[in-house]
Amino acid sequence: MPVSTTPQGTPTWRLRTTRAQWLGYLAWLAGACLFLLCWKLISDNTMWVFVEDAGRQGSDLISRMLPPRWEVAHRLWQPMWDTLNIATLGTLLGIAMAFPVAFLAARNTTPHPLLRSAALVVIVSSRSINSLIWAMLLVTILGPGVLAGIIAIALRSIGFVGKLLYEAIEEIHPTPVEAISATGAGRLQVMSYGVLPQVMPAFAGISVYRWDINIRESTVLGLVGAGGIGLQLNAAINSLAWNQVSVIFVMIFATVLASEWISARVRHAII
Amino acid sequence: MLTLSQVNKRYPTGDRALTDIDLTLPRGQVMALIGPSGAGKSTLIRCVNRLVEPTSGSIRLEETELTRLSGNALRRARRAMAMIFQEYALVDRLTVMENVLSGRLGYVGFWRSFLRRYPADDIAEAFRLLERVGLPHAMDKRADALSGGQRQRVGIARALIQRPRLLLVDEPTASLDPKTSRQIMRLIRELCAERELAAIINIHDVALAQQFADRIVGLRAGEIVFDGKPGELDAETLTTIYGEEEWDTRVQEEEAPSAAASAAPAPATPLTLATGGAR
Amino acid sequence: MSRQALAQAGRWRRLPLIETPRLRWGLAAGLAVYLVLALSTIDVNWARVAEGASRGLNFLAAFTQPDFVSRRGDILDGILESLTMTLTSTVIGVALAVPVGLGAARNIAPWPIYYLCRGIITVSRTFQEIIIAILFVVMFGFGPLAGMITLAFATIGFMAKLLAEDIEDLDWRQVEAVRATGASWWQTMNHAVQPQVMPRLIGLSMYRLDINFRESAVIGIVGAGGIGATLNTSISRYEYDTAAAILLIIIAIVLLCEYSSSHIRRWTQ
Repeated sequence: MPVSTTPQGTPTWRLRTTRAQWLGYLAWLAGACLFLLCWKLISDNTMWVFVEDAGRQGSDLISRMLPPRWEVAHRLWQPMWDTLNIATLGTLLGIAMAFPVAFLAARNTTPHPLLRSAALVVIVSSRSINSLIWAMLLVTILGPGVLAGIIAIALRSIGFVGKLLYEAIEEIHPTPVEAISATGAGRLQVMSYGVLPQVMPAFAGISVYRWDINIRESTVLGLVGAGGIGLQLNAAINSLAWNQVSVIFVMIFATVLASEWISARVRHAII
Repeated sequence: MLTLSQVNKRYPTGDRALTDIDLTLPRGQVMALIGPSGAGKSTLIRCVNRLVEPTSGSIRLEETELTRLSGNALRRARRAMAMIFQEYALVDRLTVMENVLSGRLGYVGFWRSFLRRYPADDIAEAFRLLERVGLPHAMDKRADALSGGQRQRVGIARALIQRPRLLLVDEPTASLDPKTSRQIMRLIRELCAERELAAIINIHDVALAQQFADRIVGLRAGEIVFDGKPGELDAETLTTIYGEEEWDTRVQEEEAPSAAASAAPAPATPLTLATGGAR
Repeated sequence: MSRQALAQAGRWRRLPLIETPRLRWGLAAGLAVYLVLALSTIDVNWARVAEGASRGLNFLAAFTQPDFVSRRGDILDGILESLTMTLTSTVIGVALAVPVGLGAARNIAPWPIYYLCRGIITVSRTFQEIIIAILFVVMFGFGPLAGMITLAFATIGFMAKLLAEDIEDLDWRQVEAVRATGASWWQTMNHAVQPQVMPRLIGLSMYRLDINFRESAVIGIVGAGGIGATLNTSISRYEYDTAAAILLIIIAIVLLCEYSSSHIRRWTQ
């Protein structure tokens, strides 16, 4: 009880009991120690002379970025178009694969618990591994190019869309599903009449949301050779052409903002 | 036509929902199943169409033993038994017409149903049923745009388009106001008479049960404690079904408002009870 | 014929999703044209794919026998560095996100601060972590410090945006009730705003910790510390068994993170 009595007999109130308070302090202390330990590890691996130089480096960088060399912009439309295609086609491929996986992973639609675990493993592995890692792998397998980028985006999207969709499936109303089963409908018919209409808005919203994230991710896939604007970015950085880098940044910024705006509008319209 | 013998249901949690149920329902009979919440009414009718698996016993619809069916045989058996639900159980985001047509799912293949290419006869029949329940104008509305009574009418149309021989009705009036409740019960009753359907109706409202059923079965804690004509139901049997309550005083207190709310004439039986409170 | 009459005759079709036929067909045609154009930009070097197919199989096979041992030192250092970066960047990022989030909530911040904070959030959210990492590596030199700053910066954008949204739709009556007692601005924050947003803030921090770990596994590619460098090397040298080992470790840590975060969230509520 947070209300206790002092030796004088007057009751005092405190937010927590003494024991809980001490446990709280202890947790904070442990957290602070862990943080300092981590900080020390990082600090040991840092060349502090470079860090002291950071301000000058930063201002130097900015001065070299400005003014942007706008005349290179015309060479960037093609890679930007590739980037958009990587994101869009990758999202389409990803949601096509995520759709059945989500139905296998949802507790109320899975045909077998073993299949459910398999689907969950697929979702977790896809979610844990960044699209850039998928891209690195696929570039060594398929060779550099747009295709590797598309598949990398798709593989990463399976986990994201799959997880959100299977959670949506698990939250549907069970009674319409029961009613459809009671008419003598087959398994697939129950899915298409009882489950699908209920999760369709969520599915559309999740897909558009993922598309917006994928635009952002596909801008960097080129750094490992998987096509798109990242290739140009990589080339510009390697040749220290910072005034071209700034042009690319502006283009990425505009594209991502536009896609975010579209995605927010579409999701708003659906809900 | 429907025979249950020695049906038991025990849930995995250990709760005994049904104990040794024996019941025979002849063709065309409308039977009301009354009893307190948790007595096993819902479980009983869900055992018949196997939405709930009975633990033991036999359930026969005409010549078919239902308890041993699976896969396509179960699908075919379910077509003959249509169910009407308490919360209507329509698919909200589909149109009224699609909801009605979903009653034919047991008859058409997956792709036809997925593309909504139903046979012309089914569509015409769906429209006739919508006219019969008074909703032809709502055909293209989404189900969630309808009122409670209208939804239940769609639910009835969906059940009838199955061309069933048996209706399983689970609390059809629990979410409706008294007037709509009567209209819905009358509609079910008329449709059963037109099509010579047998029906099991779970219902909380004893007065409605007495007015619209041919036979009343009382269930308590998973066992049948009363089985007879509506007129044979008296205060004493109600006490065996529901437990101790001053049945007669409640009648007088509640008769006036419920009679005022309903446009229908007063029930024929002398004892009119409105025990809606158990839900 | 009206739809009702058609239905009566048994000729009913589902309502189309988009009512105006011109818009419907226009959209469908536009989609088809886009797909053709987009698919035509993919040029696949089939000879290269055929060559790589065996590598793909090798990679899949590597998962059955991952090699944790031969690069044990590199893996251990990399994972440790990733974990330290994750922890410090999340703590610092969340700490900095709180003022930015307060500043970006329209209902409590004055206009100039609102625009400044929204600007920070937009920049931090628009650029992928890798791009930010490149800039910070140039500024701070190679190593985990650049990575940590990158992740902290990304955390600010993520957390501050959600925090600001939370504050914008918080229950205003509670705030007014506290204010009505004569509480100062800080007291109002402490007694009315903090209790309402705290549980979600903790939940989001746990989620961000998870994201930061996953990101820390890639920013090493551009020299910002963490396991990414080791992973990159092993993949480009086709040492798939080592790569598989690293990926399995990442998956395991993400799983552990998710599992413990669900526990912590339950514990704090």
